[in-house]
Amino acid sequence: MAILLSGTEIDRAIKRISHEIIEHNQGVNNLVLMGIPTRGAFLAERICTFINEIEAPVAKGVLDITLHRDDLRLRPPKPILPTTLPAGGIEGKDVVLVDDVLFSGRTIRAALDAIGELGRPRTVQLAVLIDRGHRQLPIRADYVGKNVPTSISESVKVHLAELDEEDLVELLK
Amino acid sequence: MITGHLLSIDDLTRESAMGILSTAKELAIITEGPNKKLPTLRGKTVVNLFFEDSTRTRISFETAAKRLSADVINFSAKGSSVSKGESLKDTAQTLQAMGADAVVIRHSSSGAAKRLADTQWIQAAVINAGDGTHEHPTQALLDAYTIKQHLKQDSADLSGVKVLIVGDILHSRVARSNVLLLTKLGATVTLVAPPTLFPVGVENWPVKISYNLDEEISKCDVVMMLRIQLERMSDSFFPTAQEYSKRYGLNSSRLARLSKDAIVMHPGPMNRGLEISAESADDLKSVIIDQVKNGVAVRMAVLYELLGGAAFGEAKS
Repeated sequence: MAILLSGTEIDRAIKRISHEIIEHNQGVNNLVLMGIPTRGAFLAERICTFINEIEAPVAKGVLDITLHRDDLRLRPPKPILPTTLPAGGIEGKDVVLVDDVLFSGRTIRAALDAIGELGRPRTVQLAVLIDRGHRQLPIRADYVGKNVPTSISESVKVHLAELDEEDLVELLK
Repeated sequence: MITGHLLSIDDLTRESAMGILSTAKELAIITEGPNKKLPTLRGKTVVNLFFEDSTRTRISFETAAKRLSADVINFSAKGSSVSKGESLKDTAQTLQAMGADAVVIRHSSSGAAKRLADTQWIQAAVINAGDGTHEHPTQALLDAYTIKQHLKQDSADLSGVKVLIVGDILHSRVARSNVLLLTKLGATVTLVAPPTLFPVGVENWPVKISYNLDEEISKCDVVMMLRIQLERMSDSFFPTAQEYSKRYGLNSSRLARLSKDAIVMHPGPMNRGLEISAESADDLKSVIIDQVKNGVAVRMAVLYELLGGAAFGEAKS
């Protein structure tokens, strides 16, 4: 087991991503952060809190993608989690999807489908804490905490204090 | 999550039942949006196998399956080879050959759904949509969902809710499934009926029994009126419909004695003027239309849990 990011490093990555999001979108006026459960939702929450500190309050929501997964028939069924939208919805907004690990890209494909059910944003961007490569679809992240070259047999485990006692990203062989 | 089949409320734990209700709640929110249709069960085939007449259960399952993008085949015994004498086995094997992934079965014989699930005639998930006088699990689930929606929105279960079920307990699969589910979720259930309409052994059920509706009506949070099943009333269970209606019907004077927040339920179809008066059925306390609406969300949840993942043994870890 190797540690990829410590708690402090996770914190720094979140702060840098927050700055990049504000810079790229020239403010937060038209912005909506949508976290993908479970850990992506907590990351979105943290980015939101930090942007609130350094700039202005930003709209946020939670996007459950279970019903849009293309691997449903390959796995046991998963419980559906709540999807929440900010009061202004996502129509015409700049939506930033937030997830913990970007891997095959299939989760994000499902998220794009799920977004399509809810409205038509002006743009959809992607922020992830870890990009571990091995994409199976033409999808890339706009904001990355850390790029980690991995072997396909390894797995990346993100721990967040909200769920797992401490902040830590580790690589499991 | 549930796996395999849904044959009886007995198969569900408290947790799996609550899981279905919370899945149904999420699905209800999604289907209230601009796009009611989800791609989740694309390519799956759901067969509605109805040996008994039904309006709302069949169209409710059909709507639920279609909102999840499954293909639906409706099969009713009337006008099919069953009326030429085809057996359940041959019918099942025909459906198997056509690639059914789930079979929603309603049958006049108790245990028909279990018979279908236990044999090797068909590999599909079997959902009991009413078997004789035995069970109707999805009706109980939608009733629990409706009670929770109106009275226990923020609670984990139905603890402390007092439910009165009134009418033909003897023939009612709805009553059996509801007793099992509502008590499992923490509600207390009182059954009210004339002595002739209680089944043998009811004293062993986890419920209170009463013969007097007027004594109970003001003490409950939910009053669920059962349909007098005229097609099963060949014996003399009560002298006349008028007398039944007078003693056990929900009329305006009994409606006025309900507590302020109490709700009125009926699984439908109603005999207006017999077990429930028209004004009771249309009163603000009546949630009968909500029951129908919630039925779709609950059945979507059941179909999702049974068909949404890999079939038995196929799952990759």
